Amino acid sequence: MNRTADAPAAGKLVLDAAGIDQKVGLLSQSILKEFNKELEKLALVGIQTRGAHLARRIARQLSEETGKPIPVGILDITLYRDDVHDIAEQPEVKETDLPFDIGDRPIVLIDDVLFTGRTVRSAMNALIDYGRPECIRLAVLVDRGHRELPIGADYVGLALKTRVDDVVDVNLKEIDEEDSIRVRKYEERKAR
Amino acid sequence: MKLRHKDLLGLASLTPEEIELILNTAVPFKKIFTRSIKKVPPLRGKTVALLFYEPSTRTRTSFELAAARLSADVLNLSVSSSSVQKGETLIDTALNLEAMKVDYIVLRHSVSGAPELLARGVRAHVVNAGDGNHEHPTQGLLDLFTIREKKKKVQGLTVAIIGDIVHSRVARSNIWGLTKLGAHVRLCGPATLVPPDMKTAFGNTIDVTYNMKEALEGADVAYILRLQLERQQENLFPSLREYNEFYGLDAKKLSWAKKDCLVMHPGPMNRGVEISSQVADGPQSVILEQVTNGIAVRMAVLYLLAGSTGTTPQGSPAQYLTERKAS
Amino acid sequence: MKSTAPSSYHPKQSGPSRQLRTTRVDGTVTWARKQLPSKTGPAPRLLLIRGGHVVDPRNKRDEVLDVLIEGQHIQKVAREIKPTKDMDVFNAAHLVVTPGLIDIHVHLREPGQEEKETIATGTAAAAMGGFTSVACMPNTVPPIDNVSQIQFVMMKAQSEGYVRVFPIGAITKGQEGTELTEIGAMVRAGCVAISDDGKPVANAKLFRRALEYAKTFGLTVIDHCEDPDLAKGGVMNEGKLAALLGLKGIPRQAEYIMVARNIALCELTGGNLHLAHLSTKESVALVREAKKRGLPITAETCPHYFSLTEESVSGYNTNAKMNPPLRTEEDREAIVAGLADGAIDVIASDHAPHTVAQKSHEFDNAPFGIIGLETTLGLVLTQLVQKKVMSLSAAVAAMTDAPARALHLAGGHLSPGAPADITLIDLKAKHTVEHFASKSQNSPFIGWTLQGKAAATVVGGHVVMRGGRLLKKPDLH
Repeated sequence: MNRTADAPAAGKLVLDAAGIDQKVGLLSQSILKEFNKELEKLALVGIQTRGAHLARRIARQLSEETGKPIPVGILDITLYRDDVHDIAEQPEVKETDLPFDIGDRPIVLIDDVLFTGRTVRSAMNALIDYGRPECIRLAVLVDRGHRELPIGADYVGLALKTRVDDVVDVNLKEIDEEDSIRVRKYEERKAR
Repeated sequence: MKLRHKDLLGLASLTPEEIELILNTAVPFKKIFTRSIKKVPPLRGKTVALLFYEPSTRTRTSFELAAARLSADVLNLSVSSSSVQKGETLIDTALNLEAMKVDYIVLRHSVSGAPELLARGVRAHVVNAGDGNHEHPTQGLLDLFTIREKKKKVQGLTVAIIGDIVHSRVARSNIWGLTKLGAHVRLCGPATLVPPDMKTAFGNTIDVTYNMKEALEGADVAYILRLQLERQQENLFPSLREYNEFYGLDAKKLSWAKKDCLVMHPGPMNRGVEISSQVADGPQSVILEQVTNGIAVRMAVLYLLAGSTGTTPQGSPAQYLTERKAS
Repeated sequence: MKSTAPSSYHPKQSGPSRQLRTTRVDGTVTWARKQLPSKTGPAPRLLLIRGGHVVDPRNKRDEVLDVLIEGQHIQKVAREIKPTKDMDVFNAAHLVVTPGLIDIHVHLREPGQEEKETIATGTAAAAMGGFTSVACMPNTVPPIDNVSQIQFVMMKAQSEGYVRVFPIGAITKGQEGTELTEIGAMVRAGCVAISDDGKPVANAKLFRRALEYAKTFGLTVIDHCEDPDLAKGGVMNEGKLAALLGLKGIPRQAEYIMVARNIALCELTGGNLHLAHLSTKESVALVREAKKRGLPITAETCPHYFSLTEESVSGYNTNAKMNPPLRTEEDREAIVAGLADGAIDVIASDHAPHTVAQKSHEFDNAPFGIIGLETTLGLVLTQLVQKKVMSLSAAVAAMTDAPARALHLAGGHLSPGAPADITLIDLKAKHTVEHFASKSQNSPFIGWTLQGKAAATVVGGHVVMRGGRLLKKPDLH
C-alpha cells in the first residue's frame, strides 16, 4: 500500500490522464491476446480499492472489443494481510463481492501498484479460499520494484524506478479528483 | 479507527462510533458464511478460551464458531460447580490461562462484574459473554446488527423491550446500544419486573409502561425477553398463565404494533409463555437471523479486539473512584 | 440522654485497688473500689503528661493542662504540675490529650478466623489507631455465646492484647435467633453488652425478651438493624447504581424498619438499646425523635457512612462492600447532621477484617466489611472537625464519653481515679493511608490523605504506641 491518506493530489506528475488511458488500453490488449479463446470463462478480480476501479475499466474495454460481457469481482484482502493487527490504523474491512464461481476459471487479478508483493500474496490466498481457479494472472498499472516476496506481474502498464521510501499515488477519477500517477518524496508525505 | 479498550465488557462505555465500527465490520464477516471455505486467517495461531461458569449451548457454540472461522484455536472450559466448590477463584483460573498464553478469554459468569475483575488481572482480551444481571454486549450488538440490516437504520426507531427487565443483562446491553444509536426505547412488564430504578439508571431517557398495548403501539421492534420460570417462586408474578395473559406476545398483541414490526428474542424461548409459536415462527420474526448474525458480530468483535489500542480494561458506567482527599 | 454510668470518682486513698462493677437486684449498676492489700514492692510508676491540650468532654475541659498518672490510674489533672525526680515525663506540647478512645464495634475474628485477624493483631491495630479500648463482637467461629468463650477472649486479651478488650456476648445461642444465651453468667465472666451483630434479631418477641432480661443486669443490647427478608441476597444499596451494575440491592427500608421496631420495643420494655452502624437518613430521624421522648437509646455510625457513598462501589470495588451498605449523598449528609446535633452519639469503626483472597472474589461472593481501627481517627478529624461539622470536643466525646456511657464502661474521661487510658493526637500530622498493623488490608481509604493521627496511645499508664511504632503490651493486672 502506498497511499496513506486521501488528500488533494500532490507530488511530481509521472503519468497524466491520457497516459493512464493508454496504459489501461495496453493492459486490456495483453489480456485479450492471451485469453481470446477463453472469453466465456475469463473473469477479472480487482483488489480493493483502486484495483477494483481499474478492473471495471478493463472489463468495459474488453466487452466493447469482444461484444461479450466479462464478469468483474472485487476483493478486499484486509483479513489476509500478514500485518493486519500491527499497523497504526486498523484498516476497515471493505466489501468482497465475487458474483461468480471462481472454480476452473482463468482469473486476472488487477491492482494499481505492485510494490513489495505482499498485497498480491494476500489476494491469492483470499482468492483460493473461494475456490480453485484454472489459473491466476496479475495485471498492474504500475510496477515500482522493491519486491519482498517472489511475486511478478504478467501484465504491466508502467515500470517505474522509485526509491523505497518514495510514495507513489495512483489517482483515479472515480474516487480521486483526477487520473494521474504522482510520486512524492518522504518529507512531502508528512505535509499531507 | 480502532477500539479503545483491550476488552469488551459492556456497551455502556462504548462510543456510538465504536458500536458502528463493530457493526460495519460484521457485514463482510457475514458474507464469508456463504462461501465454501468459511474461514479467514486473521486470528491464525491465536487461542481463544471459552470460560463458561453458567451453562449455555447457543452462546458458547456461537463464540466457538466465530473463533474457528477466524482460524483461531478454541479452548472449551465449562466450569463445573465442583471446581468452584474446591475453592479455585476466578482470578486463579484466569492466571492459569494466562500462564498458558491464551490470547482471549470469553467469560460467562453468574455474578455481575466478574469479567471486569478478570480483565483487570490478565493481559488477554476479555469478552463478556454475560455476567449476572449486568451486560451481554455481544447479544446487544447482534440485536443492533439485525435491526439495522432489516430496517436500514437504528436512529428514530421505537423499540419495545418486554419482560423480566430487572434481571436481564440482555435488556441492559440493548438499552445502551439502542439509545446510543438514537433509537427510542420502551420497557414493559409487570411492576415487579420493571422497577423505577431502571428508568432513572438510564437518565430518564427511556419510557416505562406496565401496559402491553401502550408499549407496542407504533413500535418498530418488539424485543421479547425470556422469562425465567424460577422467578415465580420469588413472588414476582403469580403464575405463568397470568404472565402470558398480560405480557405474552401473540398475534393479537403484535397487531397493535406497526405492520412491519420485527419480532426478536435472545433465546431460548419458552413457547407459550412469553411468546406464542405462531408469532415466533411467523413472517415478522427474525429470531433465527439473530442467531446467524451472532456469529458474524462475534467474529467482528474478536477481530477488532486484536487490533485495539487499549492496554487497560474497559471501565464501568461510573468509573471506580480512588479519591485522594487533601485536607 | 439518660445515663447509668458512674460520674467522676475520687479515691479515698491511693495504692493498688480494683474497680468492681456490681449490679443490684433492682437493676442499678454501681462501681465500687476494692482496696487490695498493698504488696511490698516498688511504688507505682508516676507518668506526667505535660503541656498537652487536654480535651475531656465529660469534665468539660478544653485547655492546656498536665495529667499525672499513678500506676494504672489518673492521679490528677491540673495546670503546671511540677515534675519530680521519680516521675517519667512525656512531653505533650503541641499534642491534644484526650481520654483513651474507645471503639465499641470491632470484629477481632478470634476464635476461628485467625487468618483475617487475631486479638493480638487487632489490638495492635487499635493501638496504632489511638484506641485504648475495644469492645469485640461475638460473631466468631464458634460465636461468643457462653462463659467459656468470654473467658477465652479475656484470657487472650490479657496475654496478647495491646489495649483493653471488652467482650460482647451473643444475645442468642449460636446467634441463631431462637434461644437466649446465659446472659447473667456471661456478665459475671466479663461480658459488657450483648449483640447478635452480623445478624439482626429478627423475631420481635425474642428481642423484647432480650431487652427485658438484659435490664436485670443493667446491660445494653446492641442490634444490627436489618430486616433479613427484605435484605436477602442484596449486596449494595438498592437504587439506580445497583440497577446499572446489575447487582441486587438492599433497600434502605430494611434498616429503618428495624430501627423503628427496636425503638418501639425499647419503649415497651425500658431496656437499654444501642443501635449499631446507622446508614440512612430515616434512621437518623427516627432516633432523633425517640430521644426527644426520653427513651434510653444510643445510636452509632461509622466513618464510611459519613465519608463515602454508594458511588464507591463503581467498578465492582469489593472494598466498598459492607453491611449496611454505603448509601446516597443525602444519607451521608443526614449522618453528618446527626453527628452534629447529637442524634448520633457514638462513632465506631465496625472493623471487619477479611483476607485479600476473600475480597478478591466476584462482587456477590466477596464478604461484607472493611477494616477501620487505623483510619477512624484520621477520618473523624479530616471529615468532621476540619470541615467544622463538629467541634474537636464533640468529636472526641463521640469516641470516648459516649461509647463509655453506651456500654457502661469505666473510662472515657480523665478524672482522678479513672483508668489511665489516654490518647495523644497530633492534629497537624498529614499522612497517606497505606500500611496497616491489622492482618487484613480491606479498606477503601487506601491512598487517601488524612490530617490528624494518634501520636501515642497509653493504656493503664503504659505507653503502648508512640510515633507510629508499637511498644510493649500493657500489664493490666
